[in-house]
Amino acid sequence: MFLRLFLRDAWTIAAKDLHSELRTKDAWNASIAFSVVILLLFSFSFDPSSDQVREFSGGLLWMTYAFAGALVLNRSFAREVQNDCLDALIASPVSSAALFIGKALANFAMLFAVELVSLPVFVLFYNLAWGAAQVGPMLLVLALGTWALTVIGTLFSALTVNLRLRELMLPTLVYPMMIPALIAAMTLTTDLLAGQPLGIGIRFLVAFDIIFTVLAVVFVDTVLVG
Amino acid sequence: MIALEGHPKSALEISDVWKYYGDFPALRAVALNIEPGSALALLGRNGAGKTTLLRIIAGLSRPSRGSVKIQGLDARDEATRRRIGILGHGIALYDELSAIENLTLFGRLYGLPDARKRADEMLERVGLARVRDGLAREFSRGMRQRLAVGRAFLHDPEVLLLDEPFTALDDRAIAVLQSMIQSMRDRGRTIIMSTHQLREALELASHVALLQRGQIVHSGERAQQMLDDTGWLYRTYGEN
Repeated sequence: MFLRLFLRDAWTIAAKDLHSELRTKDAWNASIAFSVVILLLFSFSFDPSSDQVREFSGGLLWMTYAFAGALVLNRSFAREVQNDCLDALIASPVSSAALFIGKALANFAMLFAVELVSLPVFVLFYNLAWGAAQVGPMLLVLALGTWALTVIGTLFSALTVNLRLRELMLPTLVYPMMIPALIAAMTLTTDLLAGQPLGIGIRFLVAFDIIFTVLAVVFVDTVLVG
Repeated sequence: MIALEGHPKSALEISDVWKYYGDFPALRAVALNIEPGSALALLGRNGAGKTTLLRIIAGLSRPSRGSVKIQGLDARDEATRRRIGILGHGIALYDELSAIENLTLFGRLYGLPDARKRADEMLERVGLARVRDGLAREFSRGMRQRLAVGRAFLHDPEVLLLDEPFTALDDRAIAVLQSMIQSMRDRGRTIIMSTHQLREALELASHVALLQRGQIVHSGERAQQMLDDTGWLYRTYGEN
């Protein structure tokens, strides 16, 4: 019963955020444009060999996603500040944990969609040869890495929501926390592009996701209410 | 202290509540017992602590010390929040959603069995049924205010918290709000409102509490004298 209510509330919040975003497309447009433009600019600014591409592709891809993610995550709780909507959400019977998970799910869906749109651009402009066997593992790495970015970013979005310089503060606080997950995701992506199987990094990403999701769910009420 | 007699449970019990912002005590040893069915006008000058107290009662902020019980439960308890309605300074509505979407969303968050039907009924009640599919951002100020009133009353709360409810409302919104507050009073619901509009508040209130520098300096039943001379309370108990 508790789980059913929790999931219902989380879904209501996620659906509301996605519905609002689809109507305004503020974060979506900025994030898509940013990721595609960065990938294109880098592809035109130097002409690497295929071996070089394999070496830096994971890093380039995940740095692009991390910065594009900041544009999505900045909007997450900021859209609740207008008209004091956050107060109405906190005063409602929805638990802070369900509110957090709902927002994290919406952010995950938006960022994952941005990645799925920009990934073909990356493959095309960097002359990467991908086999069908790499698609499944790549999607798994994308999903786990994206959830890591999302769960930390959503928590810090709540933490910085009332700061005047939140657009600046969010990336400043979030990126250092993301470093372990980003390194794992970069390494796994680079390995996949080199035709190697997924290594121990995938277990690290799973553990990172679980630990930070639990921590965020436990502390989000303190972050929101004090 | 507004005494509680003959009731097994207070609608609201505030015990020795302190709230500090840094070293500054915004609330100092606030204690109130409010009977079910009371309408309390929380009066005080700017910065007296009215909004801070209402935010603590609504579970939007935690007291630094002391406790707030609503019908015997902690203010942050999920069951408590289901019983509270709040109309604050902001309208708490999403500009990019339509009127019906906004109210349906909050109906779902409050677990109403048929949220959309209830939202439609409420839109009818606040006079916005004709524009139910219009986006909130396209509404006039008065329409947005009426929609906010509809949101606060949507789940038929047992305890209603109103922070400066009549400020900046147009005439139609004031009429809608007064009618809904009166309807709540008739059904024995508890109402707590902070306000500067003394006459409107005192006409609706059964009790008054005067906050001064974070302390309750007077509380009790509303007297006819307060209605006849709205400045009397401040002159008698307030600072110069």
